[in-house]
Amino acid sequence: MKVGLFIPCYVDQFYPQVGVATLELLEKYGCTVGFPLNQTCCGQPMANSGFEHMAQSCNELFTDNFEGYDYIVCPSGSCTLHIKDHLHSGKKEDSAKHIKSRIYELVEFLTDVLKVDNLNASFPHRVGMHQSCHGQRGLHLSQMSELNAPWFSKPHHLLEKVKGLELVELDRKDECCGFGGTFCVSEEAVSVKMGKDRVADHEQHNVEYITGGDMSCLMHMAGILNRKGSKVKVIHIAEILNHSGI
Amino acid sequence: MKTDITSHAEAAEAFNKKESYVNWHDETLWFVRKKRDRVVHQIPEWEALREKASATKHYVLSHMDELLEEFEKNAIRNGIQVHWAVDGDEHNRIIEEILNRHGIRQMVKSKSMLTEECHLNPYLASRGIDVIDSDLGERVVQLRQEPPSHIVMPAIHLKKKDIGDLFHIHLGTEAGAEDPKYLTEAARQHLRETFLTRRASLTGVNFAIASTGGFMVCTNEGNADMGAHLADVHIACMGMEKLIPTFNDLSVFLRLLARSATGQPITTYSSYFEKPRKGQEMHLVIVDNGRSTQLGRADFRNSLKCIRCGACMNTCPVYRRSGGHSYHNAVAGPIGSILAPNVDMRKNADLPFASTLCGSCSNVCPVKIDIHDQLYKWRQVLAKEGFVPKPKAIGMKAMSVLFAQPRFYQWAGSVGRVVMRTFPGAINNGLNPWYKQRDMPEAPKESFREWYIRNRQK
Repeated sequence: MKVGLFIPCYVDQFYPQVGVATLELLEKYGCTVGFPLNQTCCGQPMANSGFEHMAQSCNELFTDNFEGYDYIVCPSGSCTLHIKDHLHSGKKEDSAKHIKSRIYELVEFLTDVLKVDNLNASFPHRVGMHQSCHGQRGLHLSQMSELNAPWFSKPHHLLEKVKGLELVELDRKDECCGFGGTFCVSEEAVSVKMGKDRVADHEQHNVEYITGGDMSCLMHMAGILNRKGSKVKVIHIAEILNHSGI
Repeated sequence: MKTDITSHAEAAEAFNKKESYVNWHDETLWFVRKKRDRVVHQIPEWEALREKASATKHYVLSHMDELLEEFEKNAIRNGIQVHWAVDGDEHNRIIEEILNRHGIRQMVKSKSMLTEECHLNPYLASRGIDVIDSDLGERVVQLRQEPPSHIVMPAIHLKKKDIGDLFHIHLGTEAGAEDPKYLTEAARQHLRETFLTRRASLTGVNFAIASTGGFMVCTNEGNADMGAHLADVHIACMGMEKLIPTFNDLSVFLRLLARSATGQPITTYSSYFEKPRKGQEMHLVIVDNGRSTQLGRADFRNSLKCIRCGACMNTCPVYRRSGGHSYHNAVAGPIGSILAPNVDMRKNADLPFASTLCGSCSNVCPVKIDIHDQLYKWRQVLAKEGFVPKPKAIGMKAMSVLFAQPRFYQWAGSVGRVVMRTFPGAINNGLNPWYKQRDMPEAPKESFREWYIRNRQK
């Protein structure tokens, strides 16, 4: 199985350890992983700001980079959703369609494609799970609290298999953290307040770590935690699932 | 009335000056969202009801012309006088003329977001006609000379103390009174006199039934009924999208409306008006005011399915932390943000950006409007039409150039990280809105790409 590893630009630049954990996890489960060296960004920052029409060169680049793979896997629900919903190519629309149908966020790739049931991972800590909105409401990684429908959660399914990990239940289990792409600076006041409230929910449940499938939410919450000198740390779910521990 | 427009972001920043107040506002609306969740989970067929309501409204939007004609024909047969208004001004003039014909200078009015949209109260006031809002929350904001901050709970931004202070000034209640029972009783006595003496009463319309020519008005206070039953002239105002095909459709919509709005099984008063009683005049004003234009916008027409329950506001994490007034539009929140640009793109260009696109709104919506997708689509329209601030447009252009060229991106990334490590002050300063209340991530020496080349490409 040839898997193309898609690492979001800000993860590439600021959180290389998340890319490493994702790569190692995929290799651990027998995937042949390639990382196209010319990848940059999925184009979401432009598109969400109203400039989807400026993202076309990103789209073409993305299509060139990932057209040759059986699957494309990314440790971000948000970037995955963007590609799924908005990737188009003027030159190779068939390749773009192939990519859209074959791109997976890491957690859903592990649960739905690789059908991982045994995790050789250990993380003896109290952890809160922040479900990103795009992962949840966009990719349906877990059930939405708004709907009258049976609850499920793919990230929980995996985290429950990690030895020693104690998962807390939050008061508001799927409230947005307020990152929102350029929203985080254009609506700074509300963005920060949402982040503070989200962090407070985790802190009230005495977590040591906040984890999640999207480093962008975690980066925003880490910014708030660090500013107030909190001991709570953020960690991407790939790092936990790849954590062999003691 | 305050008319000066500050952007949503600026108004939200002002709203966030006092954090304890924001916490209270957020908790108050979250409480309503939780109540909604509880009753929704008692209805096993909830999602099917939403689907059915959405499909019915879809039918209405696709047959608007036929249904409006059918409704008008039946309403006239019932003895209702039907008026058509192309915009807010015509709506206001029609009402003024009806009142003038009867020599009426005072009118009682129950909740109608349409009249807020058309700015009826200031229009009539400027012509010497006095309107008293009879919904308690509406009356409160009217006394404060401000618009409602929520379509279902107009005074949700106010605390008990604010009401006590207001009633002390206007209704002569004791200074410092905060007891809700005492304050409500004072309002009740004050409005009782109004109900008994007003000869004209205006109500909104929740559902207009094409097959019968009658209409449904839903309130919790019975104020629409009391107004309409005591007055000689009953004027009902509706946006043309309020139509439903048949009486039976109410069995779906009435189950959805109050549960979505406040978590009640049904509104306390769900009253059906079909014909004027003997000696009474009944008027119905059907308003377009941009709705036909919205109906013609393929990406946005579904917004006209809205039944004004306000669930999208209660669930919206941005609304809860910025308040209804920050949206500077009669209808606030996520639904307001997809309706308002249709009417005035320039004035409302900020609203579709007042969202993280979290999608909670679309999933509480009882008629399944794809609200967050429409917010995204409005952003595209607004950017193309040139209504996005220039600096943002330039920044996005620069970003698109950067990301189109892998080597430029790689170079900029490594230079950027060196700068962040060596001169943190270049990034961590007052010009960076991120840094104002948040720390920046630490810049690592190596990007993932660099690590990958070093470890996997030997």
